Amino acid sequence: MGKTSHIDESTVTIQMKDIVKKFGNFVANDHINLTVHKGEVHAILGENGAGKSTLMNVLYGLYRPTEGEIFVNGKKVNIDSPGKAIELGIGMVHQHFMLVQPYTITENIILGMEPVKGLQVDLASARQKVRELSEKYNMQVDPDAKIEDISVGMQQRAEILKVLYRGADILILDEPTASLTPQEIEELIEIIGHLTADGKSVILITHKLKEIKASADYCTIIRQGKYIRTVNVEDVTENELASMMVGRDVEFVVEKKNITPGDVVLEVKNLHGKDYRGTEILKGLNLTVRKGEIVGLAGVDGNGQTELVEILTGLRKGDSGEVYMNGENVFNWTPRALFKKGISSIPADRQKHGLVLEFSVAENLILQNFAEPEFSKKGILNKKSIFDHAKELIAKFDIRPSGCEERPAGQLSGGNQQKVIIAREVTNDTDLLIAVNPTRGLDVGAIEFVHKYIVEQRNKNKAVLLVSFELDEIMSLSDRIEVIFDGTIKGGMAGKDADENTLGLMMAGGNQHE
Amino acid sequence: MNEKKSILNSNALYTLIAIAIGFLVGALFLLVAKINPIEAYTKLFTGVFSKPKFVVWAVIYASPLIFTGLSVAFSFKTGVFNIGAEGQFVVGTLAAAVVGIMVDVPAVIHIPLCILAAAAAGSIWGSVVGFLKVKKGINEVLLFIMFNWIAFYLSNYVVNLEVIHKEGGGEATKDVLESAKILLPQSVRQLTGCSNVNFGIFLAIIAAVVIWFLINKTTIGYQLRAVGFNRNAAEYGGINANRAVMTAMAISGGLAGLGGAVQLLGMSMRVSQFATQESYGFQGITVALIAGSNPIGCIFSGLFYGAMKYGGSKLSLINAPSEVVDIIMGTIILFIAVSHVFKKLALKGKRG
Ligand SMILES: Nc1ncnc2c1ncn2[C@@H]1O[C@H](COP(=O)(O)OP(=O)(O)OP(=O)(O)O)[C@@H](O)[C@H]1O
Ligand SMILES: [Mg+2]
Repeated sequence: MGKTSHIDESTVTIQMKDIVKKFGNFVANDHINLTVHKGEVHAILGENGAGKSTLMNVLYGLYRPTEGEIFVNGKKVNIDSPGKAIELGIGMVHQHFMLVQPYTITENIILGMEPVKGLQVDLASARQKVRELSEKYNMQVDPDAKIEDISVGMQQRAEILKVLYRGADILILDEPTASLTPQEIEELIEIIGHLTADGKSVILITHKLKEIKASADYCTIIRQGKYIRTVNVEDVTENELASMMVGRDVEFVVEKKNITPGDVVLEVKNLHGKDYRGTEILKGLNLTVRKGEIVGLAGVDGNGQTELVEILTGLRKGDSGEVYMNGENVFNWTPRALFKKGISSIPADRQKHGLVLEFSVAENLILQNFAEPEFSKKGILNKKSIFDHAKELIAKFDIRPSGCEERPAGQLSGGNQQKVIIAREVTNDTDLLIAVNPTRGLDVGAIEFVHKYIVEQRNKNKAVLLVSFELDEIMSLSDRIEVIFDGTIKGGMAGKDADENTLGLMMAGGNQHE
Repeated sequence: MNEKKSILNSNALYTLIAIAIGFLVGALFLLVAKINPIEAYTKLFTGVFSKPKFVVWAVIYASPLIFTGLSVAFSFKTGVFNIGAEGQFVVGTLAAAVVGIMVDVPAVIHIPLCILAAAAAGSIWGSVVGFLKVKKGINEVLLFIMFNWIAFYLSNYVVNLEVIHKEGGGEATKDVLESAKILLPQSVRQLTGCSNVNFGIFLAIIAAVVIWFLINKTTIGYQLRAVGFNRNAAEYGGINANRAVMTAMAISGGLAGLGGAVQLLGMSMRVSQFATQESYGFQGITVALIAGSNPIGCIFSGLFYGAMKYGGSKLSLINAPSEVVDIIMGTIILFIAVSHVFKKLALKGKRG
């Protein structure tokens, strides 16, 4: 990946001055400055809960700043609504998608600015335009797929297309790559290159230092709501960025002690299943996971990993095959029964499956366990023990802000929402933990931390199935790597023998030994 | 938290503003109808508060509305919109009437029996819809509306059955037996000067507290709320969402049925042939919305609606149309609904 942006330092498009944003007494942004030029890619880096999304929501008119000024193209502006922001040429792709569930991708993209023909919405020409855009930027989407049916990756692409469709000159991308595969990320960075060549500016929030190095001109670092500094990306290393952000040195390597895998915990035999369209996507998949072993499932999105996990957790019914959990066939059991049998999971979509956003953090932390004697007796909830449980996990997993037991989970920052789920599922301490992109949206400090917990499960002789688009993550954590392609396991290798090239080839459908 | 801010953010303020706007809009209509709004509103007010007896009447009007309000509020918590409280109320009334007329047992048994019959009838009416929704995937709003009409015609049919019909004409059933009435003792009736003073309001308050407890403090409430907020996550967590919806519909229906019992055994004493739907169930929607779906809030909004209804009935004394009350209430929900939309938007912004 080479640097692809086209910065024009003589023209400032966005200037945010001394922005302060308070929620009650909590200061989420504390005098933050940001300057963005024409054709620039400007990265914003900060820990989970540092205030990045808040700052961008201020720029996009979703929040009113408590103090501070915003200038767009040199003119002082008052952005009091997203409508105003769009008028000023600012578009935003949110960290959590804002697509409307029952509609198709095309309908979502045109929502609010439908092309009309006579009195009717001209869906045909809209679909055509969406196709053109998606081809132009090389983003694969099915314009007619319903949002509820498509993968997180495709939802993300639809969101980006939606902003492009509105003709924004300044694009805010809040963690756009969190759910993309490495290939897709490279494509996105290329797209960003096209956009900046066109004179557009991009504000990019990401926790991935590699991406910052690959695409950004400048990087602004925020720590606990405070402006730390803005650096020229060329002048700093990834490690320097990480320690500026966290305020300490970060370990990138995971310590793993040697253990020999034990008995088989999960055995999937000849599994067949369909995707949301009703097309067969799992075509006789076989997989085993043993005690004391992390099996990494590598693969390009859409090769059946989502459906596999959904079947294993009871959210989807498979067509045929066997799934043995500790020796018992649990094929097509209900979610509850599977959980009881020892399967817990960190789901791919944290806001759809992982959390009830309106529930407090404490309530979310007992989602599978509310009926346990610890949390309720005779059907009456024990608020005190539920609160204490939350308090303990918030401290143990460093969920911020501390003291958020009673806060609705929806008010936490994205990364901290993820930590709530991880805290819950790891604490369930079941025989098998299925983790789907567990570090999605986490800062490097938090990733280090989550990896430690996953390895700890394995060291406690539990089985872990890790599904991730992050090859680095798969390679550094897995004892064994299996590659999924077109609904079957294409092949596998020991984690320590893995190299990116062979894996990449197999993920693209190539064979292991050529 | 900054206190001023938290008041500004609270639902209560929006509700009060909506109520104020409701009265303003009502005043406009009165002006158009060439009626002095100050005079009309004074009548509305004194019609309720000038005598203790009037206040008692307003409370009697309120009791069934608190029940239907609770019914709707409870359904909201589970993500279902019980627009069928109307029909459940009607079958509840009918069941209480049948038991109240046909069964002759002492009051200590008779009253609970009538109340139970009403709750069961409402509950079944709600459950059938819940069942059809869950098992057959039929849209519940359509079903509810259908079931409202079925209840309506069923009631008119039963009213005219010979065993139960009032002797010597009249478009109504016989009165329920004395032993089934939930009136307070004679002494209280004399003291308040109100012949219909009954203990329905106490039942309503107890029901509100029980429902509040059920929603907030029990595992059933936890599951129902989880399903209401995010069905996917609830299912992921192992909660049986379909069962939760059925449970909610059964309880919600039961509450509306209870409202029917209170109205029948404490106020009307008989079921009359309906010309149009009576609207207790629909008014329950307003009660629930004003209360922001809070069960305890339903007590107060129910009392408010009861007072408006009773006070409104006196407007004809000054030749003002009592419909102005409906206009006021309609405007109030409209503005409460609008404020909900704004809050939804604000919440969306928070995500991320
Ligand atoms: N609507 C809100 N009400 C109260 N607090 C909020 C609200 N929105 C955000 N916060 C708090 O402000 C802080 C900053 O949140 P923000 O979402 O900006 O973090 P972030 O830097 O985007 O983190 P992440 O990388 O995890 O997405 C967090 O502590 C969060 O809990
Ligand atoms: Mg964020």
